[in-house]
Amino acid sequence: MKKQVSLSQEYLKGVWKNNPILVQLLGLCPTLAVTVTAINGLAMGLAATFVLVMSSLLISSIRKIIPPQVRIASFIVIIATFVTIVDLVMKAKFPDLSKALGPFIPLIVVNCVILGRQEAFASKNNPGRAFLDALGMGSGFTMALLILGSIREIIGSRTIFGLQIMPDQFEPWLIMILPPGAFLTLGLILGLSNFYSIKKAREEHESIISHYKRVGREELIEELEVK
Amino acid sequence: MELFVVFISAALVNNFVLAYFLGICPFVGVSNKLTSAVSMGMATTFVMTITAIVSWLLYNLILIPYNLDFLQIPSFILVIASLVQFVEMVIKKVSQPLYRALGIFLPLITTNCAILGLALFGSMREYSFIENVFFGFGAGAGFTLALVIMAGIREELDLADVPTPFRGAPITLIIAGILALAFMGFAGMI
Repeated sequence: MKKQVSLSQEYLKGVWKNNPILVQLLGLCPTLAVTVTAINGLAMGLAATFVLVMSSLLISSIRKIIPPQVRIASFIVIIATFVTIVDLVMKAKFPDLSKALGPFIPLIVVNCVILGRQEAFASKNNPGRAFLDALGMGSGFTMALLILGSIREIIGSRTIFGLQIMPDQFEPWLIMILPPGAFLTLGLILGLSNFYSIKKAREEHESIISHYKRVGREELIEELEVK
Repeated sequence: MELFVVFISAALVNNFVLAYFLGICPFVGVSNKLTSAVSMGMATTFVMTITAIVSWLLYNLILIPYNLDFLQIPSFILVIASLVQFVEMVIKKVSQPLYRALGIFLPLITTNCAILGLALFGSMREYSFIENVFFGFGAGAGFTLALVIMAGIREELDLADVPTPFRGAPITLIIAGILALAFMGFAGMI
């Protein structure tokens, strides 16, 4: 019997605990490529979220009809359809943004976050849960892109969303808007987020030990250390 | 001369991994050991060259004449997936040693965004057929180069004292950043 998690948990796990970029390291290609500015990151995040949510809804509604042997191919065709919709809408409504993102909108098809969620979640759960899960993963993805894009834009070109916020005396770091900046920034963000998770885990560990000491069960501490 | 420029540009100056960020997943995932990095690079180069040929034919002989270019994304991805499957079957039949060397890496390549990216770039830039083949081969060679350099560095890294939070993916990305910086030096070549 599978443990049922609450609906809010279904949404929140994608935002932080299982964040697709910061924790699962999925979908790094668009993450690194388009986050030269915050607006590009946001647009890419929203486009991917739309595709993720729509294809999760559709796939979980028809999950009992799809034959298991050809499920991956069916998922890809469904995802590719929604990506084509996004691509054409972007080209018609936001030509500048579409040009800036270049081939990375079509490349959402092979984004492992999206295919991964279909395989791991949408094909096994009802549409309501699949919707929440997709929305959570999409929010987590968008958030990470926005953070990365903002950092690179502020340091690399003194602006955020096109508004100048750093003083003129601040010499922009050109490297941040070039490819190496993307790798370095993401590497540092990942290291930082690992640092906090390790610190949190150690604090929890210590609080358990002090609890055992208080109630006088020292033998349990040894058990914990062995683990 | 044109062809040489296309090749060098795809392999070094606009390296797929270090300048376009395509194929980061295998770059981080398979760059632990030098031998598997070489095999993965060879398999990818092979598939990329064939993809460049097939996607050019598909785009210019079928999609464009019949005004079907809105079907570009689904048709490319289906063709790549079946192509990889087909290549796998052919290699298995023809050469067992080659199959053992490349075998497990071939299915992974289907989901490698560098392959689809190659097909999309090829159609966006309107290369001629020969240029597109050189572009595909160059991109594959560049991918192999980046992967092999990375694997070499990571094997040495096992002995280095990296701070715990940075072990694994973070330090790999930082090294990739420094490598990308080095590859920017090729920008003056063309």
